[in-house]
Amino acid sequence: MAAILGKKLGMSQIFTEDGSRVPVTVIEAGPCPVTQVKTEEKDGYNALQIGFGAIKERKLNKPLAGHFKKAGVEARKHLAEIRGASDAQVGDEVTVESFEVGQKVKVSGISKGKGFAGVIKRHGFAGGPASHGSHFHRAPGSIGASAYPARVFKGMRLPGQMGNRRTTELGLTVVATDPENNLLLVKGSVPGSSNSIIFIQTT
Amino acid sequence: MNQTIARLEEKQLRKGIPQFKAGDTVKVHFRVIEGSRSRLQVFQGTVIKRQGEGARETFTVRKHSFGVGVERTFPVHSPKISKIEVISIGDVRRAKLYYLRSKVGKKARVREKRQ
Repeated sequence: MAAILGKKLGMSQIFTEDGSRVPVTVIEAGPCPVTQVKTEEKDGYNALQIGFGAIKERKLNKPLAGHFKKAGVEARKHLAEIRGASDAQVGDEVTVESFEVGQKVKVSGISKGKGFAGVIKRHGFAGGPASHGSHFHRAPGSIGASAYPARVFKGMRLPGQMGNRRTTELGLTVVATDPENNLLLVKGSVPGSSNSIIFIQTT
Repeated sequence: MNQTIARLEEKQLRKGIPQFKAGDTVKVHFRVIEGSRSRLQVFQGTVIKRQGEGARETFTVRKHSFGVGVERTFPVHSPKISKIEVISIGDVRRAKLYYLRSKVGKKARVREKRQ
């Protein structure tokens, strides 16, 4: 399985060979050095740890600085793990070349925060009439019966924090890769705002 | 816009597209793919707007066909467009000619610019 860390640059469109337009998200992905190889014997599972994004050495705490020093790679701001056995060594680089055009990928990131949102925005409730003497506008309505069950069921859809949590968009297609500029073009939208850090995995 | 995306879009710009704006009458030769063969379709009408910038720019052409108003939007830099011919230059004071939609007959015309 191939995976890489990247930065969402924004959205655009490209023309395909037959002339149709495809909406794409432009991602600056990698190059990500392997900072640690986790093995079954030592760590209990197989994984590759990769880093992404420059950070000043003085901003690191001592344990992290030591971790990068041991791996012999420049310090990186973000770390992520790719699960599964692999023959990669510490110091190897993961680049966009590990992705192919047409491949299906899933993209994870922190979605845009919408704050404390009501049920209409958060769960798509219909709401009530706006006028004609109505007092029921955007409220959730009944959330249960009375004496029985005498409580609100778990999982009831209510107002609360919306967005600003890790989400994964599944089944996106790689439209193009540009190893020269470390670019990955994925069809459709991906979670998060521009310049946010995202994790791309093949499925 | 992000500089990298701007560079990416710049590569897709087409050269040799004639200058035209809202109010002009244009003839768009558009390649239509039907199954395995492709043919050219001509759409002639008044440009009522240009929208967007760079490779994402589009323009909308309005015409009357059998008494019904028909509008079609094309990407300016689409490879499917084989040719854009500017038939006449219109004399208009607006960038978006949405008012043409509510006009019929003689009032739905755009005056031609005197040279």
